[in-house]
Amino acid sequence: MSTSQMVMYDEEFQEINEVIERLLKDSNSKVIFLVDKNGQLISGVGETERFDTTSLASLTAGNIAATGGLAKLIGEKEFSILFHEGEKDNLHISIVGGRVILVVLFDNRSSLGLVRLRVKKSSEELSTIFEKLVKKSEEHAKSGSSSFPFAEITDDDIDNLFS
Amino acid sequence: MSFINYASREINCKIVYYGPGLCGKTTNLQHVYAKTAPESKGKMISLATETERTLFFDFLPLALGEIRGFKTRFHLYTVPGQVFYDASRKLILKGVDGIVFVADSQEERMDANVESLENLRHNLKEQGYDLDRLPYVVQYNKRDLPNTVTIDELRKELNPTNVPEFEACASTGEGVFETLKAVAKLILVDLKKGR
Repeated sequence: MSTSQMVMYDEEFQEINEVIERLLKDSNSKVIFLVDKNGQLISGVGETERFDTTSLASLTAGNIAATGGLAKLIGEKEFSILFHEGEKDNLHISIVGGRVILVVLFDNRSSLGLVRLRVKKSSEELSTIFEKLVKKSEEHAKSGSSSFPFAEITDDDIDNLFS
Repeated sequence: MSFINYASREINCKIVYYGPGLCGKTTNLQHVYAKTAPESKGKMISLATETERTLFFDFLPLALGEIRGFKTRFHLYTVPGQVFYDASRKLILKGVDGIVFVADSQEERMDANVESLENLRHNLKEQGYDLDRLPYVVQYNKRDLPNTVTIDELRKELNPTNVPEFEACASTGEGVFETLKAVAKLILVDLKKGR
């Protein structure tokens, strides 16, 4: 496989949530999502129940992929920040550590300047956590860790899913 | 590249439906959407043109149930089949866990099938994947039409490696779930091996 599997552990999950909870408060925003580049939702804080988070994650990843394609066409590596302005709500989308997408939804109680500033600081913290996470899952993979939940599933388990 | 989340005890996998234009990829997803219980599916998203041709992708999230305490979710995507959307197709293949190649059984679409399959191999290779090492199934769609090529011929042209294959008529739903189950099963077996 070209890329390693993405694995999330409890410890890092909590650390990540602390960072984005803080960002939510500091930037005065409504919702914050973290999405991986393949469109899987990693976490979300704020008024998440008001949104279809799965669709949001998939479309964000599609958006980043499409603009990434555009960037390459004009000789850029990527566009690391996207901003979508609406009548009431705005989206600030940025790439963290090259592989994760941070989505901040905010209205006129905040401002683009404030969001950009706070996102920058949080991005550094998030990058560090994700680097740690990648190392950790690589180590687990190398040691052939038996904690992998699917190592012991049986054909019956799989068949039962489809019954 | 599946995503395993120990914190929320979830496993997410990505399945991509590939094939030539108008072969029935979107119709496959529409049937799955129509026949799945509301609690197991999310919203289906179609980024399509005004004439209902897929422009970027269709997306359908499915929750199959639990294996060993882990919620198993599959994200189904289609690619735009029309030849000139190749840049978009490449993007959608990123992070794929399993592939369904939907072939159009009509005689006049054989060339398009072959071209699309070559395009799939090529685009996967560009991303560092090898089709022969991925969970992969073939669906021969539109078996209900009068001018179809025989299964033997389709197999010879489109399935030389003998992966699981299914006859289908996506518009009535025949063969749709069989295809999906087969690829989902291959993905889970692959995960079990812990690649």
